[in-house]
Amino acid sequence: MKEIRVGLGTCGVSAGGIQVFNTLKSEIDAKKLKVVLKETGCMGMCYEEVLVEVVENGTSFLYAKINPEKAKKIIDQHIIDDRPIEEWIVNNRACSEKEEFFKKQKRIVLRNCGVIDPGSIDEYITRDGYKAIQKVLKELSPEEIIDIIYQSGLRGRGGGGFLTGLKWRFARNAKGEKKYIICNADEGDPGAFMDRSVLEGDPHSVLEGMMIAGRAIGADEAYIYIRAEYPKAILRLENAIKQCAERGYLGTGIFGSDANFKIKIKEGAGAFVCGEETALIASIEGKRGIPRIRPPFPAQKGLWGMPTNINNVETYANIPWIILNGAESFSSMGTEQSKGTKVFALAGKIVRSGLAEVPMGMTINEVVFDVGGGIKDDRKFKAVQMGGPSGGCIPASMGDLKIDYDEITQTGAIMGSGGLIVLDETTCMVDLAKFFLNFTQNESCGKCTFCRIGTKRMLEILDRITMGEGKEEDLDLLESLAYKIKDSSLCGLGQTAPNPVLTTLKYFREEYEAHIRDKKCPAHICPALITYKISAEKCTGCTLCAKKCPVQAISGEVKKPHLINQNECIKCGLCYDACSFGAVEKI
Amino acid sequence: MNEVNLPFFQKEIKKFKIDLVTQKDSHGSLIYLLQSAQDSYGYIPEKVIHYISEVVGIPAADIYGVITFYSQFRLRPLGKYVIKICEGTACHVNSGKNILKALQNELGISVGETTNDGLFSLQSVACLGCCSLAPVIMVNEETYGSLIPKKIKGIIKKYREL
Repeated sequence: MKEIRVGLGTCGVSAGGIQVFNTLKSEIDAKKLKVVLKETGCMGMCYEEVLVEVVENGTSFLYAKINPEKAKKIIDQHIIDDRPIEEWIVNNRACSEKEEFFKKQKRIVLRNCGVIDPGSIDEYITRDGYKAIQKVLKELSPEEIIDIIYQSGLRGRGGGGFLTGLKWRFARNAKGEKKYIICNADEGDPGAFMDRSVLEGDPHSVLEGMMIAGRAIGADEAYIYIRAEYPKAILRLENAIKQCAERGYLGTGIFGSDANFKIKIKEGAGAFVCGEETALIASIEGKRGIPRIRPPFPAQKGLWGMPTNINNVETYANIPWIILNGAESFSSMGTEQSKGTKVFALAGKIVRSGLAEVPMGMTINEVVFDVGGGIKDDRKFKAVQMGGPSGGCIPASMGDLKIDYDEITQTGAIMGSGGLIVLDETTCMVDLAKFFLNFTQNESCGKCTFCRIGTKRMLEILDRITMGEGKEEDLDLLESLAYKIKDSSLCGLGQTAPNPVLTTLKYFREEYEAHIRDKKCPAHICPALITYKISAEKCTGCTLCAKKCPVQAISGEVKKPHLINQNECIKCGLCYDACSFGAVEKI
Repeated sequence: MNEVNLPFFQKEIKKFKIDLVTQKDSHGSLIYLLQSAQDSYGYIPEKVIHYISEVVGIPAADIYGVITFYSQFRLRPLGKYVIKICEGTACHVNSGKNILKALQNELGISVGETTNDGLFSLQSVACLGCCSLAPVIMVNEETYGSLIPKKIKGIIKKYREL
């Protein structure tokens, strides 16, 4: 029997997935067709949404960019007449899109995303779901679990890159009458959506990972701290927890063993700093999410003062696979110090933006060009931004760099949670640094003076540079402030906030200098440094720009080239947006 | 902290969708209570702060501190349509700023404000998480992706005419 899968992650829904799903459903009902229709999570090809996959006897036909009308045609032609619609199928094209995108990927964390119906616990079970926890309960002692995770070399995927096995051992050895497990799903980096996709596409794998962690450290209670901005993921988690409780996978005596385990969801209320573990704990306790001094680490004194183990979504999703496949099959992938795979959210000026899971040790060029399909509109690859507001920019010239925690840290960027924003020649690096600093400055909790005020001062300096009022000594001042902020901030937010500025200063210093000395923005992004000019050859004299200009700075007769009076121009760019002939140019 | 018997409680409890008294002993429920209050009222009225303070035994000033710390909470009602403009990295490098400019022009308000007719509120959010559709805005639950400034007028018009 044919099975139709519709990708209904947030990306699919945003592209109109619900309408496609409903159309398919009503067509199937009306025509009384014998097909299975199910929703799946994101399979990673967000750039081709809405995706509809028709599977029959193991053969897959993946339709891309489907709307309700196309969906009807799929029903009529493919489902009823058995004639697949070749021109809409992505994995049938000459240079198969699907193959290209998936060829270099290795899917462990995303093993079920886009394949199973995330709302069905049975589908998870048919894909070896909940086998790992049962194996752990029956065959392994807590110490043995920790040994396996330690030997696998798995490092925390939330950004810090601390060895997960070691973290568990600390929590195991800590004394406390009660211990807690926390899953950090407060994915706050702008441009990162890995965790959301995992929670939406395969929530049970995260729950299972948490159960195993609970068994390993001796915790019977767990919290998932998730952003309220992810309503779909929350819904999927609630549903998954309910299903587990009904089957006795959560509660007392789980899977018929002597172990108890319960999981609660705590919704965050919108504060980036709550991704920091001590701030996150404060937030679960109902307080302002302000970090505190470590040590004591949460492994010793965490939630309600009790030993607590915190990992992020991707880390937990790796755990069941490692238990079932063994530490060695995990550690055989990757580099000396970074094992396994990493999920990246590819976005920005890239052809195939979406979610990709690649083995550690792959180069940046391979990710951008082989998996991501290169740069949009055939522009020039300039840099990648990794690690969000805590990370930095790695220039295209370093594209052969391997994806490895330590190698990336050496560049001044960080692996971070996996946001990978691709930048082309139309990105202004000063503007980008300002963007990130503005973000961290807003999100600073205000506890440490340098983070609170230092970032504000840095932002003011960047502001004046982009306004064309920068001074020669500003760059040194920026650097000096940056290092002071790094040294005198308590938590990761402040310690890494200057990274976007430091890395752009390191690799793109000439762009800063162009802003300061020549009063030019080479990428034509900073409004104050752009001069608008009308090309006499291209201008048809349609007068539209002159009508749009709010300060009457544009003059000219009908059907004759127009002219911008530079003294009057306020550089709002309305003429540029309005011109249909590309006659208004930025210089 | 035994009996809660504020006059406000008598009158308004129906609006509040959760049973506060059963929640008061559960650890760290303050944020959850505030979220429920906001769900019920659309914002957090001052009297609710005092009410929650009475029930859970946390000073109103501390509750106010928590409210102002998190960006989700607001102390004023919102417009009928909440427009969230994504300020994520992908939207930023795909000229999200121009979308914001178009929205501000069209609505005549800045981020954080509500139009006089109470129809639209404009908010900026760090990232809506659908970066492949950048630049993106959300109007209530509806997402609009791959935007260009010219499309804004039509979108707003659609809601004005609803």
